Amino acid sequence: MSIRERLSGNEAIATAMRQINPDVFAMFPITPSTEIPQYYAQYVADGRVDTEFICVESEHSALSACLGAEAAGCRAVTATSSAGLSYMNEVLYVAASLRLPVVLAVSCRALTGPININHDYSDSLAERDSGFIQLYAENNQEVYDNYLMAHRIAEHPDVRLPLMVCEDGFITSHAIENIELEEDAAVAAFAGQYCPENYLLKKENPLAVGPYGISAYYMEARVAQANAMANAKQVILDVAADFEKTFGRSYGFFESYRMADAEIAMLIMGSSAGTAKAAVDELRNEGVKAGLIKLRVFRPFPGEELAAALKNCLAVAVMDKSEGFSACGGPLFAETAGACFNLEKRPKMIDIVYGLGGRDFTVKAAKEVYARLSDIVKTGETGPVYSHMGQRGADF
Amino acid sequence: MAYNLKEEMNKKERFYAGHRLCAGCAAGIVCRGMMRALKPEDKAVICNATGCLEVSSFQYPYTAWDDSYIHTAFENASATASGVEAAYRVMKRRGKIDPDGQFKILAIGGDGGTYDIGFQSLSGALERGHDFTYFCYDNNAYMNTGTQRSSATPRFASATTTPAGIDSVGKKQTQKDLTQIVVAHGSPYVAQTTLFGNMKDFHEKAHRAIYTAGPTFVNVLTPCPRGWQYPADDLLAICRAAIDTCVWPVYEVVNGEYRLTYEPKRKLPVEDFMRLQGRFSHCFKPGNEWTIEAAQEYVDQKWEELLSRCR
Repeated sequence: MSIRERLSGNEAIATAMRQINPDVFAMFPITPSTEIPQYYAQYVADGRVDTEFICVESEHSALSACLGAEAAGCRAVTATSSAGLSYMNEVLYVAASLRLPVVLAVSCRALTGPININHDYSDSLAERDSGFIQLYAENNQEVYDNYLMAHRIAEHPDVRLPLMVCEDGFITSHAIENIELEEDAAVAAFAGQYCPENYLLKKENPLAVGPYGISAYYMEARVAQANAMANAKQVILDVAADFEKTFGRSYGFFESYRMADAEIAMLIMGSSAGTAKAAVDELRNEGVKAGLIKLRVFRPFPGEELAAALKNCLAVAVMDKSEGFSACGGPLFAETAGACFNLEKRPKMIDIVYGLGGRDFTVKAAKEVYARLSDIVKTGETGPVYSHMGQRGADF
Repeated sequence: MAYNLKEEMNKKERFYAGHRLCAGCAAGIVCRGMMRALKPEDKAVICNATGCLEVSSFQYPYTAWDDSYIHTAFENASATASGVEAAYRVMKRRGKIDPDGQFKILAIGGDGGTYDIGFQSLSGALERGHDFTYFCYDNNAYMNTGTQRSSATPRFASATTTPAGIDSVGKKQTQKDLTQIVVAHGSPYVAQTTLFGNMKDFHEKAHRAIYTAGPTFVNVLTPCPRGWQYPADDLLAICRAAIDTCVWPVYEVVNGEYRLTYEPKRKLPVEDFMRLQGRFSHCFKPGNEWTIEAAQEYVDQKWEELLSRCR
């Protein structure tokens, strides 16, 4: 039986962690993810979990301690945001290459300059090449559900890769919403136990982890890692199917919203999707064939599936909540456009960078995006492929 | 039980021959000695910082280590060890591993991975009180990248980023006293040693550090033939000169109590240490006599400070 509750995204993640009761949690605070370890510290203090909770001196050490613990044979977790994730950068790559399935909760927040504590995806999307699986969520329920599935995906023998459960800083991490929690025992049973075949503390068979790999071996290791990321696609779907059977809520690589006959569509991530769905509903009432795709899985990138979902559209806007400073579009655009390139008939595609550092995104703004798409369909002219929205004008 | 070199050498080797460390490098001797200091029935997990030792001892698909070993990065050996140690505690508590038999958690890094880039990670792990032993093989510079100066490089040593030249007499700053900094963390056992005699001093310190509960630290002066510029055969002569000149005093600090474990019968002049190494050769050129005097003055001052702590 589900339990109806009201929780913030951070408390939802902490609750999922409590229910899973991982072996090791190494923490270092940073806004807006700090509440996650704070809630957890209280669970430890109240004897509700028996996790080894280590308060380390930096995010770099937090993830390093997780690697030590995972290699030793444990389920290890941590949480961070923004500069904290950037500080982990080096170790993220090591985690993935060592094939250690750490689960990392990220309350996504803008990267500094200027320093800003609000939401965008400049932190998590900058780590798109790190080898982590990345799951995104529209609301607290999805954050919670993603977390319940995270260990199963990451630890699967075909995958064995670390995973980020991403939520939107403050918007999701701090806003309190209705949520359906699952019972502790049901979550523990669903998440199962981490039982690696080989680990450092296996007395009868020592293990060596983290070699120097010369040119004769490096490429094989990287290809094996790339194959594991490709394998993650099926595992993500399988775990979602089991999740639906167990808890009743359905998940895939992305959610298609009113896409069946859509002529114009938006590809978007996270909480902004809720806002944009309201715009889609209004436009549908006005007779506009608008649709939306909300991306849940950014890594592995479901390129073929996205291309198939977009192929019948005439014009598509990719909404990037991070600047890539490529001067030709954000990271989500680059990957989506690439995924659609080999379609026989592909939609016109524009990139809109929006919402940086917590800049508000409204139903009105979403409708403006759809108006641009309608205009592209009407005139056949794409106009500027890459633009920003929501910023003040040049005279500011 | 009294130390017996022959018996120690009859123990099963746990750091094998065939590694790729240079001839005349002391790091391999440190590793062999560190592993001999374990009780044969105990297992270990070695957490190694990136450096010469790591690239030389675990080049896929070969490893020189008989025990479990993990390398993740350069600056985080202590944090990695913290995670392994936390894992050991929780896995025992949760019945995930056999409670019989014992694992000891060891970390090892060069002076780069310990004094400098790994210092924050080390300090954090010491403060948190993890039950592990950190061995620093201090070879006085970043040797893996080609003898760039570190905070462990002594004053006047020529390094590739502080070369001696017309306007330079080598490194300008004195060596960071990391052993004292670790003592200031309140670690229950801290020791400084090098390779001399029949290895009794090293062995006893390593053993005591490993079998003292809590975060313990052994700082080992580990000469490097490439960086210090000496013939491989001179390794032990240089270690001996380091302790007899008091450039590298050999002592231990047990719960804050200092004890000299070796005092030279006759304290030799510091130039007896410097003369053996190419990295100080410029100090012996006419006009640079003052560098040897300044080096002597610094060693004397540090030695007196240490003696006053040991009294």
